[in-house]
Amino acid sequence: MGKPLKGGSIALAGNPNAGKTTLFNSLTGARQHVGNYPGVTVEKKEGYIDVNGTELHIVDLPGTYSLTAYSEDEVVARDFLAESKPGAVINIVDAANLERNLYLTVQLLELGIPVCIALNMIDTADSMGITIDSRKLSTLMQVPVVPMIARTGKGKKEIVAEAYRLEKELDGRRDFHISYGEDLDHVLIEMESLIKENNFMTDLYPGRWVGIKYLENDEQILSKGDELNGDISNKLIAMVEKVSRHLESTLDTYPEALIADYRYGYIGSILKQDVIQRKFSPDRLLISDRIDRVVTNRFIGPLIMLGIIYGLYQFTFSYSEIPIGWFESFFGWLNDFVSSILPDGLLKSMIVSGIIDGVGGVLGFVPLIMFMFFGIAILEDSGYLARVAYMLDRVFSMFGLHGNSVMAFIVSGGIAGGCAVPGVMASRTLKSPKERLATLLTVPFMNCGAKLPIMALLVGAFFGENKAMMMFIITMIAWGGALLTAKFLRVTIIAGPPTPFVMELPPYRLPTFKGLFIHTWERTWQYIKKAGTVILGISILLWALMTFPNLSESEVQKFASQRQALKSNAAATVLQELDRAGENETVELSPAAVDLAARLRTIDSREGEAVLKNSVAGRMGRSLESVSKHAGFDWRTNIALVGGFAAKEVVVSTLGTAYSLGDVDPENSNSLSDTLKKAANWSPLVALSLIIFTIFYSPCFVTVIAIIKESGSWKWGAFSMIFNTTLAFTLSVLVYQIGSFAGLLSG
Amino acid sequence: MTVINLRQMKVNQTGQIVAIKVTGELGRRLRDMGLTKGAEIRIQGRAPLYDPVALRIRGFTLSLRNSEADYIDVEVAD
Repeated sequence: MGKPLKGGSIALAGNPNAGKTTLFNSLTGARQHVGNYPGVTVEKKEGYIDVNGTELHIVDLPGTYSLTAYSEDEVVARDFLAESKPGAVINIVDAANLERNLYLTVQLLELGIPVCIALNMIDTADSMGITIDSRKLSTLMQVPVVPMIARTGKGKKEIVAEAYRLEKELDGRRDFHISYGEDLDHVLIEMESLIKENNFMTDLYPGRWVGIKYLENDEQILSKGDELNGDISNKLIAMVEKVSRHLESTLDTYPEALIADYRYGYIGSILKQDVIQRKFSPDRLLISDRIDRVVTNRFIGPLIMLGIIYGLYQFTFSYSEIPIGWFESFFGWLNDFVSSILPDGLLKSMIVSGIIDGVGGVLGFVPLIMFMFFGIAILEDSGYLARVAYMLDRVFSMFGLHGNSVMAFIVSGGIAGGCAVPGVMASRTLKSPKERLATLLTVPFMNCGAKLPIMALLVGAFFGENKAMMMFIITMIAWGGALLTAKFLRVTIIAGPPTPFVMELPPYRLPTFKGLFIHTWERTWQYIKKAGTVILGISILLWALMTFPNLSESEVQKFASQRQALKSNAAATVLQELDRAGENETVELSPAAVDLAARLRTIDSREGEAVLKNSVAGRMGRSLESVSKHAGFDWRTNIALVGGFAAKEVVVSTLGTAYSLGDVDPENSNSLSDTLKKAANWSPLVALSLIIFTIFYSPCFVTVIAIIKESGSWKWGAFSMIFNTTLAFTLSVLVYQIGSFAGLLSG
Repeated sequence: MTVINLRQMKVNQTGQIVAIKVTGELGRRLRDMGLTKGAEIRIQGRAPLYDPVALRIRGFTLSLRNSEADYIDVEVAD
């Protein structure tokens, strides 16, 4: 068999929760591609299917309830249908929820595209006592209707064949119109003839449809029309105003409302003609309703929610530890391997400390992200996420956010120990752009897993008696700061009225494994692709900042001669013993050898400190001291914080280097803790100031990249770095200055 | 029969929508979701903080904020 012929394209449209994604996955399998619609962050999924040796292009449109210009999703779906003119649309509708689903169908038909209806979930409808006469529905609406069960693949072949037939036969155009009552029908005829005479947007839309959009006061079409031909546009607006006044005085209503009434009226009139048979009263409590009685109960609901969120947390952060361990061991092995084959020098240092450590650190997030997305996919596909949004919306909407924001906050470390990267990505579940932006800009304030070692170090060293209390306060500061900042952003730069909440609580459903896996893999792969490339560059840059310029010849010579002096003073047997032991730590050494090894390490550490102090990062740290001293930070802290931009884990290890302690294990930082406690310029007040700074300052660069990707603009990435650092510094200075003035926490 | 505001309805109470007094984005969204004149609704429940409210309409469950429910008048049995 040769290559299949290129056929036309087919779009898949439907309400959210109607099973559209399930059908798309089942049709295309692995042959799908996820991208973005131009200029927006809405995902565009495409794939191919073979029908009798012809390759059909399938585009999965975003799930929408309507084709107004209410959300980005709706505009994207509408523009695609008008501009790309697919040969046919498969409109997937939920058989158990036919009335509202057909509202979109009517609008698709009005756009003039051939539509075939995939009547999905007939099994669920059946179990609810709902039977639908698909033949009658097809005759009455004059569109093909195929009963199906997308989950099992039943009816899949038939719907594709139907779409293929439509695509071949009808050549993209089809007339459909319903009555909107005497007044509107009358003016629509006038509008349509004016539109057609002047070819006003008729290359894209049917004339009557443009008229309807003018009556609906559709912003997108109005501005497009005004741009194209202001004259015609104004005439149409005048017609709309005239009929609006008439409707207001006679029926006390307006065109938009009347249009919706008539659409539902049309649907109702069809369904009433024996299309639907119900065994039970529509008011009967469904299983989903019974579950909701418990799950969203005023008292038990929040407890169950806490339990589920805790479970997600456990799942993500405990189970991902094992594969993260594999990644770490792999990169550790790669590190050792490359170290052993490359000669000492700059190239080795760059590859090992720059590339492998940097990229490895970032790819180390991959299992975490996969587990988190998998967990969220379960909550999302089962319908529970909508309940979380429902229960918490009251709290979040007070701060200009949305019920759906909660997941992003929790994942980022709302309880302590998450990660802002998947957190920022989790903000995708929010459909409202402003609330979404406010969410993804504030979630980095949560205490992610990488900030915890810093907190643990500082709390352990300076607030040892009240550890638990202090950690609790830190969590509260992070939440308070995040919510207040969100509120601040929502009344300043992302100001605007709240997006309507109006949200469906879909019936609970068992997620399919295929759906979950495709969902998870898609998102994870996007992270690897996008983050992977940029991160390589930034890793090298940060390495260079902390390495160059090199120490002067004489400085290097000084450390070398110190080492030489130690060695020449030691007994030959001790040197031989150290040589033989090499890197192997399990070998038992004589006391003299242990002593010598320790002295040599001290010199290495001092050299490390000198290199760091001399590097660009070190110079930055020192020159920033004149500013940072107002918050109580010395140059060593400054370097550590600069390094923290690469990854917050680096803060502790860099502080270690800066205090000449050699490599400090962030998980076990007792020596550093003791050093800080004894250091003259440290006090509990400095520690508190640094804690505040760490909570609020610039997100690590992986998070910044995630913000850029999710917000669709590098400007928001830059904003988060500058705004957060400014906020952090202001708060730290306030804490430190007030504390110093009042003589609090001075140790 | 009396006309009351959707916000004042009690859990499990049923009624018929008589008016939706809002235009623009919110009005469109409400209508898209099936809240039109004449539609039958029943209050399913309220969130733990009493807001939003969940209601059954046209065979599915919809939730909206009290501030959005304010625009909807419902006729209920006495």
